[in-house]
Amino acid sequence: MSAEILISVEHISRYYGQLAAVDDVSFELAQGEVLGFLGPNGAGKSTCMKILTGNLAPSCGRIRICGIDLLDQPRQAKAQIGFLPEQPPLYRELTVDEYLLFCARLNRIRRSHIRPALDRVKQRCGLEAVGKRLINNLSKGYQQRVGIAQAIIHQPAIVVLDEPTVGLDPIQIREIRKLISELGEEHGVILSTHILPEVQMTCKRVQIINRGKLVFSDDIENLDRKMQIRSHRVSFRNPPDIGVLQAIEGIDEVEQLDERHFCLHHDEAARFIDALLEQALAEHWGLTELTPLHKTLEQIFVDITSREEDHDKEQAA
Amino acid sequence: MITTLAQRELRSLFLSPLAWSVLAVVQFILAYLFLSSLNDYILLQPQLKMLDNAPGATALIIAPLYGSTAFILMMVVPLLTMRLISEERRNQSLSLLFSAPLSMTEIILGKFLGVVGFLVIMVLLVSLMPLSLLLAGQLDNGHLAALLLGTLLLVGAFAALGLFMSSLTEQPTVAAISTFGALLLLWIVDWAGNKVGSETTGSLLSYLSILRHFESFSRGVFNSSDIVYYLLFISLFIVLSIRRLDADRLQN
Repeated sequence: MSAEILISVEHISRYYGQLAAVDDVSFELAQGEVLGFLGPNGAGKSTCMKILTGNLAPSCGRIRICGIDLLDQPRQAKAQIGFLPEQPPLYRELTVDEYLLFCARLNRIRRSHIRPALDRVKQRCGLEAVGKRLINNLSKGYQQRVGIAQAIIHQPAIVVLDEPTVGLDPIQIREIRKLISELGEEHGVILSTHILPEVQMTCKRVQIINRGKLVFSDDIENLDRKMQIRSHRVSFRNPPDIGVLQAIEGIDEVEQLDERHFCLHHDEAARFIDALLEQALAEHWGLTELTPLHKTLEQIFVDITSREEDHDKEQAA
Repeated sequence: MITTLAQRELRSLFLSPLAWSVLAVVQFILAYLFLSSLNDYILLQPQLKMLDNAPGATALIIAPLYGSTAFILMMVVPLLTMRLISEERRNQSLSLLFSAPLSMTEIILGKFLGVVGFLVIMVLLVSLMPLSLLLAGQLDNGHLAALLLGTLLLVGAFAALGLFMSSLTEQPTVAAISTFGALLLLWIVDWAGNKVGSETTGSLLSYLSILRHFESFSRGVFNSSDIVYYLLFISLFIVLSIRRLDADRLQN
């Protein structure tokens, strides 16, 4: 990649006693990239985010932010990062304006630049109307936006967002995702989440972390390919014999779920659908349902991890 | 940067009813004590006139007033310092400070100065009462200055200890009760000092007493070793707080 490297993480680990919350993780983030950090609960995402932003020290390893070592020169490195933790770090007794002013001063924005910076983030995060209100009285969605505003007020090179859409309603989620995509145009963004579609919608590159280890790191298209639908659920009023379904071209395997429901496994192209529909009409099966079955995140984990194990076994053999 | 943090701390204090009620209650109690000792002084005045070298108003009214201030603040300061760090830790807003380009030293000093700023306001409000005596007569200005300095150093020491206790825990009430316990122990530690057999233990215990060092100020004596004691006390607990906060980042 030709763009400037913003973060380079080399072999970081973090132990809590015997437990390795983050285990030998390395990756890079380039300018203008949105990197999705995907993992089930307790996979080590938040720990990783905290290490990246200097909230936790890694037990070993090295992190460079825009070429500055985070452990040797924390102050210079931290000036390049904006962080929204899982729970937005708000002072609830302040108003939105007071809080953002405080954040601007904390990040050493020059006095003459503070006013424009405040106006800019408020406009970006849709906070113009609530500037004079107490943070405590805002809805969860607005509080989350204040949290994001806090992370981008000093126009950092890197924005790290830890589960930014948790607890929001669908409209707010959509707005925040749009905001994240916009941020990705100027800043490098790291987004941690356990929601798969969120990554698919906003990220260019995705890393999957499980039990502290990076198990997958690739462009989002490659993940999409891995996730292509390979099974459909069908139900009929007058179900045919299972053998008849099996005979349709393109269907690899039929699983009978109960009397009327079947699960059809097929290849990538899903060519069987036309044939199935024609036959169903001609023979009056009474098709009532045809649902593509998406893979869940858990299944992808299982896929990826089991594939790796197979790979390991092959190498060992 | 430190002033930004201190300003926010002070602002948040005044945005809560706690600060206002503390100011009101302390002022009310001290005003009562002030007026009653003023009354005693006026009643005693004829007899005092007979004495050679009689103690003046400063020694009889103002010194006890600052003594009471010190005692009341020992109970009040833990309430003000308890939430400094523990509450931020509980609300997880500490990560805002950790992610900003700040050192731990700046964070701790900012918080310390914020709460000290509040205590200075409180002590100055209390000082308005003795200063009002200037309308009626003369005061021993040197004695008054020593009392003021001693009180400020004393509450600074209270605040440093309270800040450290707050950095140890996530529960503000735990911080408050531990601070109060530690302060009370330091207050009374020289009581045992007089009774302990050996001379050195006794003098060591009385040296540790936070009150003993205040006594010379309240007699109007400006003793540099007492000032050093308070400055050392404050620096010790500030350094410990910085270390404790840094430990959050390293291993928890």
